[in-house]
Amino acid sequence: MTRLLPCLLLVALSLGCSRPDPDLRLILTGSSTVAPLATEIAHHFESENPGIRVDVQSGGSSRGVADTRRGLADIGMISRDLLPEETDLIAHVIARDGIGVIVHADNPIQRLSSTQLRAIYTRAVTDWAELGGAPGRITVVNKAAGRATLAVFLEHLQLRPDEVSADVVIGENEHGIKTVAGDPGAIGYVSIGAAEHDRGLGIPVRLVELDGVTASRTAVATGRYPMSRPLCLVTHGPPAGLARRFIDHARSESAHELAATQSFVPASS
Amino acid sequence: MSWPRLSPSSPPARDRILGLTARATGLLGVSAVVLVGLFLLKETGSLLGRVPLEALFGSEWQPSLGRYGLAPILVGSVTVTLGSVLLATPLGVLLAVFLQFHAPPSVATVLLRGLELLAGVPSVVFGFLGLTSLAPLLGQTLLTGVLVLGLMILPTLALLAHSGLASVGSGPRLAAAALGLSVPAIAWRVIVPAARRTLTTAVLLATGRALGETMAVLMVTGNVIDWPRSLTAPVRTLTAHVALEMSYAEGDHRAALFLSGLVLFLLAGALVVLGARLGRAGATARG
Repeated sequence: MTRLLPCLLLVALSLGCSRPDPDLRLILTGSSTVAPLATEIAHHFESENPGIRVDVQSGGSSRGVADTRRGLADIGMISRDLLPEETDLIAHVIARDGIGVIVHADNPIQRLSSTQLRAIYTRAVTDWAELGGAPGRITVVNKAAGRATLAVFLEHLQLRPDEVSADVVIGENEHGIKTVAGDPGAIGYVSIGAAEHDRGLGIPVRLVELDGVTASRTAVATGRYPMSRPLCLVTHGPPAGLARRFIDHARSESAHELAATQSFVPASS
Repeated sequence: MSWPRLSPSSPPARDRILGLTARATGLLGVSAVVLVGLFLLKETGSLLGRVPLEALFGSEWQPSLGRYGLAPILVGSVTVTLGSVLLATPLGVLLAVFLQFHAPPSVATVLLRGLELLAGVPSVVFGFLGLTSLAPLLGQTLLTGVLVLGLMILPTLALLAHSGLASVGSGPRLAAAALGLSVPAIAWRVIVPAARRTLTTAVLLATGRALGETMAVLMVTGNVIDWPRSLTAPVRTLTAHVALEMSYAEGDHRAALFLSGLVLFLLAGALVVLGARLGRAGATARG
């Protein structure tokens, strides 16, 4: 009996290590912005389809594209549009993420243009009075290097990362919102969903109108809001089998709810 | 009457098992440290081999442009840590002396329990309080970081200093009292010098905690990568640096963040060596 037990264990281990059936396993890699949402959708998908396993690994949009092309991943995740040289892939938009500019609730500034925003972040303008607001030094809140929000913000303003000069560098959206809420002269940018949610809780921040468009989830959903990006799943060629079922699930009503809880805007279908 | 034979070559089985377990645990601890070191070296290897050291310790950090200067961040870490230790050490020792020599027993008990409770508060709570109550007044600066971190390590320091003072024992205290010394003189001239070694250890342990702290610092120091030119300037520490950028980094950027970890690892190691040195020096001075 004492000999039998280790043998049984070994057999069990070797069974566990054998490669799972490809029809029962799905691998997703790519954007770290999409990954948390994809993970939630995957949990949901797994509970509705017992026996199926979905692996979600983050590592950036470019990894998602590369892995999908090489067949290392069944589905890639990207937090941007497909590039002109990526026409061999098909993108399936599952949600949109809008980036809103926030100021303290006491700041009288209601609207800013991209040009003004550019001047603030490069320190060509350092006082709110120069923009028609109440006199006071502008505290510039920026995102840490590598964050997708930073990339979208810089691309929209056509700035290089070393042209921006900040007073505070933040990581998560919440950190940014609390920072702006604690400083009447501060300006920052975060996910619109997160800002709307926190403003609803009474935190003193306000979303600023950008280039004449109100920053709201609705404006992001309709595509009118200028600073936003799509969150997509990509496949090499039309999806089939399990990948197709997963993508359908990711664009269904139940997945829309998951997107909303993560402060994204569900893709209008 | 016959005594059980005691043979040094074959201790009872129970002792042998205990000895082996102790040795295995020790080995596990040591190998964990070695493995962490090796892992950090492996992850930074590609960068260290290719990029010259002076570039890695330059002053500009722009990962998307291939610039990985860690120097201002290293200086930031050291400045915040030293500042908080300089703030907390005198307060901690004062608090310990008060508890040991001046506080009525009931007050001392309440204060000690309070300090123990405070020492167990998760650092993110200190960070959040700093972000929502201190930062609106002072901004997110080096000073804010020093205050939050100093407050955070104060209970640890005071508790360790208190037990250090207690460990001196009643002998010197009674002898000093018999000589007619006043209570402050006994405390500051006799007991504190006698406890110098344990007090040093307390300060080093608190330094280690301050150096390794991440969330509390990240939330209040502003995290701008620049030399800490004044108390009201923002700084970024090595820990906050890794926490802010690691989950979004790839390739060289990621390797450079692991290098930050390696530098932190070496700094912590230097603290341990320093502690051992000072401990030994204190022992010979007293012996």
